[in-house]
Amino acid sequence: MIALDEIDHKLIQSLARDATQSAGALGRHLGLSQPATWRRIKRLESAGILRGKRLRLNREALGFGVTVFLGVKLATKGHVSLDDFERAVSAIPEVQTVEHVLGLYDYRLRVVARDLADFERVLRRRIMTLPGAGAVEANVLLSEERLRGPLGS
Amino acid sequence: MLDDLDRRILRHWQADAGLTPVDLADLVGLTPGKVARRIVRMQEAGIIEGVGMVVDWAALGYTVEVSLRITLDKTQSNAFDMFLEAARKVAEVIEIQTFLGRVDVRLSIIARDMGHYQQIYRGDILTLPHIADIEALMHVARIKSDEALPL
Repeated sequence: MIALDEIDHKLIQSLARDATQSAGALGRHLGLSQPATWRRIKRLESAGILRGKRLRLNREALGFGVTVFLGVKLATKGHVSLDDFERAVSAIPEVQTVEHVLGLYDYRLRVVARDLADFERVLRRRIMTLPGAGAVEANVLLSEERLRGPLGS
Repeated sequence: MLDDLDRRILRHWQADAGLTPVDLADLVGLTPGKVARRIVRMQEAGIIEGVGMVVDWAALGYTVEVSLRITLDKTQSNAFDMFLEAARKVAEVIEIQTFLGRVDVRLSIIARDMGHYQQIYRGDILTLPHIADIEALMHVARIKSDEALPL
């Protein structure tokens, strides 16, 4: 792991918020030259700390009114291949994230839908028919905050 | 409000957020100026919120990630607000979600190792107000994480 200083931490936080800022503009904020800022960004990228850009879209504005988290337990472990399940679940467009977890459930899925009726359709036609899917628990997302995390604190 | 071209721009941009308006223009067959105008319009309408870098906490040394599913003691009228306010102050909490369902709140917590996690759990989490029950899910792997919308 590479050693990071306070400036790296600020750089990470600033780029996580807005990746469209130029190295020059970032450098002016941090008291660095444009080339020095650029070198730091490249270093963070090659260390795998900054992993590419992501477009943030407003779900509601695009008509996706419902986000549901599903805890999925596989029905018959040993008989189903995890690979088959993962491949099939990842291919569902409404499934935004798939996490393999340990605990009460085997997988945690984030599913978006236009409304509850649309969600029910996805659940019945796509999720319940997955190879090996067993018990499913659903929690409807009400609010979500992403925090800055333990950098620079 | 959005037409097919807007959706195509968003689909391509969502698949690769590093694309410039010039790249997007090539992909959808419009001039860069027209694409830029559509992007501005979608930003002003609040559809596009921005482009951010993805931070890999594991590469920063936070190799443990735990989801804590928390049920609150709802006999206290302000339990949610007090809990959320206190949870926001824990540095290792990177995500807070509230739900309608069996679980009230979920916290995403990162830690350097299991010892560090234990320390956060005992010192900062169990002391949060109005907790009735906690279940932990330990992250093993991210299979899909692009968070793309099915446009």
